[in-house]
Amino acid sequence: MALSKPTGTKFYGGERESLFFNENVRAFLLFVGSLIAFLLLWEMGARFGVFAKGMPPASTTLKELWWWSTHPFFDNGPNDLGIGWNLLISLRRVAIGYTLASLIAVPLGILIGISPIAQKAFNPYIQLLKPVSPLAWLPLGLYILRDSEQTGIFIILISSIWPTLINTAFGVANVNPEYLDVSKTLGASRLRTIFKVIIPAALPSIVAGLRISMGIAWLVIVAAEMLLGTGLGYFIWNEWNNLYIPNILVAIFIIGLVGLILDSIFAALEKFVAFGRNS
Amino acid sequence: MNDALMTDTYSPSAQLSIRNVTKVFHGKQDLFSKLSGKSSADFVAIEDISLDIEPNTFVTIIGPSGCGKSTLLNMVAGLSDTTVGEILLNDIPITGPGPDRGMVFQNYALMPWMTVEENIRFAVETVYPKLSGKQMQRTIKEHIQLVGLAGAETKHPHELSGGMRQRVGIARALAISPQILLMDEPFGALDALTRGFLQDEVVRIWEQQRKTVIMITHSIEEALLLSDRIVMMTRGPAARVDEILEVPFPRPRHRETIDQHPAYHDLKAEMESHLFRETRAVEEAQLA
Ligand SMILES: Nc1ncnc2c1ncn2[C@@H]1O[C@H](COP(=O)(O)OP(=O)(O)OP(=O)(O)O)[C@@H](O)[C@H]1O
Ligand SMILES: [Mg+2]
Repeated sequence: MALSKPTGTKFYGGERESLFFNENVRAFLLFVGSLIAFLLLWEMGARFGVFAKGMPPASTTLKELWWWSTHPFFDNGPNDLGIGWNLLISLRRVAIGYTLASLIAVPLGILIGISPIAQKAFNPYIQLLKPVSPLAWLPLGLYILRDSEQTGIFIILISSIWPTLINTAFGVANVNPEYLDVSKTLGASRLRTIFKVIIPAALPSIVAGLRISMGIAWLVIVAAEMLLGTGLGYFIWNEWNNLYIPNILVAIFIIGLVGLILDSIFAALEKFVAFGRNS
Repeated sequence: MNDALMTDTYSPSAQLSIRNVTKVFHGKQDLFSKLSGKSSADFVAIEDISLDIEPNTFVTIIGPSGCGKSTLLNMVAGLSDTTVGEILLNDIPITGPGPDRGMVFQNYALMPWMTVEENIRFAVETVYPKLSGKQMQRTIKEHIQLVGLAGAETKHPHELSGGMRQRVGIARALAISPQILLMDEPFGALDALTRGFLQDEVVRIWEQQRKTVIMITHSIEEALLLSDRIVMMTRGPAARVDEILEVPFPRPRHRETIDQHPAYHDLKAEMESHLFRETRAVEEAQLA
């Protein structure tokens, strides 16, 4: 349409970006170029034995990646399971543990944020438990639950609860006091203020917390599964026992990709609840 | 003119009566603060202020920065307590905030996650939970039209300019039909031109509704354009009411012609000299 009106837009000087050379295109070219260079160096290095023995060349790894992604769902017993199944197993554990964690963390965070007394009372627990490595809970989980599946979920729960809890409490405690004044001058009840003002006002903080928690859950599941028997973590552990490095690299790539997708979902959610606020 | 300062005679017709009100912000003087060197003395923000406000008058409060105007207005709103004295609304002491007083905030205080319509609806729903859907809708629509926001109903505050946001703030405060409208520097964050537009809107709306209004401002012209009475406060600490000016200009008023009134320049000069004197005293106190 613009072509049919040649005098439609005036040119007011300044640098006019050429279609084929704007910033995004340049970044993309750099990305592709560096990727090719990396793969080439990798291929050469592996073929000429620069790396450790058994390090596969890029081509083998890419072939494996292609094979695993085109055959995601087969099942020949726990030690020979399609990567799709393993992925679903890991995602399921994360989903259950993370959901339970969020269901505890958000309401508890709201309570702690609203009440300075609860804040002071619960803070020592949070500060003490937050820095504990998730894997430190593993033996305890196995001992109490006597079930590797439940232990995996328990580990996810206990490690992904803290960021959501802390962020929710922070967001609720730091709601713009003017919003609360509005609510007070209207004579809104405490409950109405909490649900209509405090929670929506704290939502950006809450979602930011949920996003960090999700990242942690995804980090932890791989580590926990190495000791638990199925899932992507176990897949890596199993390939390590087989000493077959290409499949480990394939798994690393898939773990990264899924983590990226999960994070983008939360990034989009953050944007959705921001309404012009930058948090 | 200084009748209102005689604290022993209260006007029987007053809608709002501020009686010998003092506000002290208590410093930190517990043992822990003293040991950690963080103790602070009590601060007397305003002392023994009395003021009667008749129904259907537009009152502005003007005074040097930091003298305690917001403190006084917040006590009228019920957002903070008086230390000494009481404030009566229709002869009943104010003990807390309530929807008989509508508040317009300097920084709009709109909920960012609600649209224009939802912001107003939140107020109306809170105050009149039993209103039928139809009446609710009508009230909201009326007030959106009143402030000239028709067409922006579904926008969120961050999509609006400052002037438009404050229109929402005013619509929200009026939609609950309060007896008194409280405004704390409602146009303080706006540029001069937008400010002028909004003042004209307030003039128009006020002449339509004749609600009692208490407004804080720093602008002499704004006070002269809008008010029936201007309360001039002294500098803090322990700020008092220095003088109350009656503004005799006939209504309806127009910004273009208002300065042709014979009393305009005298009133303006008096306010200027008051503000100049108080502000200079504040600055000298800071240098000393
Ligand atoms: N919560 C508080 N605790 C202690 N001191 C306070 C508190 N709130 C206000 N003050 C002090 O009381 C005085 C009056 O404050 P206030 O905000 O009422 O002034 P103001 O006249 O509204 O000023 P401005 O014109 O800048 O809005 C100031 O010196 C301020 O520092
Ligand atoms: Mg103020």
